[in-house]
Amino acid sequence: MSLDFSIVWQQFPQILSAFWNTIWIWIVATILAILLGFVVAALRRYGPLWLNLLLRLYVEVIRGTPFLIQLFLLYFGGPFIGLSLEPIPAGLLGMTVYGSAYFSEIFRAGFAAIPPGHIEAAECVGLSRGQIVRRILVPEMTMLVLPQIVNMAIILMKETAILSIITVPELTLVVGAIGSQQYAFVEAMTMLALFYWALVELSGWLGGLAEKKLSKFRFAH
Amino acid sequence: MTRPAVRIRDVHKSFGSTEVLKGIELSVPKGSTTCLLGPSGSGKSTLLRCIAFLEETSSGIIEIDGDPLGFAEAGEGRRTRLSASDIRRVRAKIGMVFQQFNLWPHMTALGNVTEALVTVQGMKRSAANEIGNRQLARVGLSDRGHHYPSELSGGQQQRVAIARALALSPDILLFDEPTASLDPELTGEVLNVMRELAETGMTLVIVTHEIGFAASVGQKIAFLDHGKLLLDGPPAEIFGTPRHPRLEQFLETYLDRGAATLV
Ligand SMILES: Nc1ncnc2c1ncn2[C@@H]1O[C@H](COP(=O)(O)OP(=O)(O)O)[C@@H](O)[C@H]1O
Ligand SMILES: [Mg+2]
Repeated sequence: MSLDFSIVWQQFPQILSAFWNTIWIWIVATILAILLGFVVAALRRYGPLWLNLLLRLYVEVIRGTPFLIQLFLLYFGGPFIGLSLEPIPAGLLGMTVYGSAYFSEIFRAGFAAIPPGHIEAAECVGLSRGQIVRRILVPEMTMLVLPQIVNMAIILMKETAILSIITVPELTLVVGAIGSQQYAFVEAMTMLALFYWALVELSGWLGGLAEKKLSKFRFAH
Repeated sequence: MTRPAVRIRDVHKSFGSTEVLKGIELSVPKGSTTCLLGPSGSGKSTLLRCIAFLEETSSGIIEIDGDPLGFAEAGEGRRTRLSASDIRRVRAKIGMVFQQFNLWPHMTALGNVTEALVTVQGMKRSAANEIGNRQLARVGLSDRGHHYPSELSGGQQQRVAIARALALSPDILLFDEPTASLDPELTGEVLNVMRELAETGMTLVIVTHEIGFAASVGQKIAFLDHGKLLLDGPPAEIFGTPRHPRLEQFLETYLDRGAATLV
C-alpha cells in the first residue's frame, strides 16, 4: 500500500475554490473581529459600569465555551429564535463574535499599557478627546498589541477548519470530502495540513514585516 | 503694577478624604522664574497639575494672567464652572513639561513637536515643520528631528518635550521635576536649556530638587510642606540665615546634591 496524492490533486479546481473561500472568510472575519473587539474594549474602558459588566459577561462566555459548540448553536439553534442563516454568513458571524472576545482582551491590555502621562501630555497641548483617540491612543496601542493581534489572527486561520461542520465549502470540507469519496483520506489530510501550514507561515511572515516596520517605536523606558 | 502671570487664591485640593493642598496663596510675577521646593509628598506636583488643569481644585481660584482657570468666583465663597471653550482658551497659555517626558513613542521628535500645530491649530505641514525645527534648534536638537523617542537619550527626550511645549508659544511654562528621571550626567543639558529660557524672560514655574539651580536661576522660591506654603520670597531671603527649621531640615537632605553654591 502506498500514498497517491494525484487522486486528490485531480480535483484541483474544486480545491482552489475552497482555498479561496478559506482565505476570504478568514480575512473578512478577522477584520470584523478586530473592529468589534476594539469597540468592546473601548466601551468597557470608557463606557458606564453596567455596560462594562455586560460586555465582560459576553467576553467570558465566548472565551469559556468551544468554538465548535458556539457555531453549532448559531447555525442549528438560530432558526428557533428567528435567525436562519446560510452556512457562509453563519460562519462569518460566528467567527467574528468568537474572535472579537479574544481581540477585545488584547486591546484591553493595550489600553492599560499606555502610560496616562501620554494622554495628559496630549491634553496639555490642546488635543480634544477624539483627537487623542485617533492620534495617540489608537496608533500607540497598535504598536503595543500588534504581535498578539498577529498571533490571534493565525489562530483564527486554523479555526476556519471548524466551519466545515456547518457545511461552509472551505478547505477542510472540500478536501475531506474528496478524500473520503476517493478512499484517499490520509493523502487528503496530509495535503490539508500542508495548506494550513503554508497559510500560517505566510501570515506569520506578513505579521513579522509589519512588526519590523513598527519596531522603531518601542518604548524608550 | 502688571497682573501676575499666575495667581493662586486659597486653593484647597483633596483626594477623597485626604487634603493635599491646604489653602495655598501664591502669585507668580510675569517674566520671572519661580522654583517650588519641598519634601516628597508635600503637594508640589498636585499644585503644578492644578495650574495645568490636569487636576481640578476642590476650592479656591486660580487665575492665569487675570483670567480664572476652570472656576470663577460666584460670591459668598462659592464658584461656578466655566465653559469648556473658556477652559481651553486659558489653558492654551500654559505649557507643561513632565518628569517622565511623556513623548509619544509612535512619532518622531519633529512629529511630537508639531502634532498640536497641525492637529489642533490646523497649520500646514510645512509651516508646522518650520516652527518645529526652530524649536528643536532652540533646545540644541536640530539634527534629531527625524529620530524616534526610543532612539534618543533621556536628556534629549526631555529637551524634545520642552520644544513640544515651546512650539505652542505658551506664556507660562511649568516643569515638574524635569531632571529627576535623568542620569546625573544628563541633567546639565536640560538645566542649561531651562536657564536660557529663564534669561529670555519667559514665565517659568519649576518643581525641582536641584537646590543650586533654584538658588541661582529662581527669582522667587516657594517652599511647600504638608500641603501648606511655608515660605515664599527671593532666594537671598529664603536661603539666607537664619533659616526656617523645616527648610533647614529639608536642605540637609539635599545638600549633597549640587547645592554647594548655598554654603
Ligand atoms: N491621584 C491621587 N490620588 C490620591 N492621592 C494622591 C494623588 N496624587 C497625589 N496624591 C497624594 O497627595 C500627596 C501629595 O502628592 P504630590 O503632589 O505628588 O507630592 P510631591 O510632588 O510634592 O511629591 C501625596 O500624599 C500623594 O500620595
Ligand atoms: Mg512630585
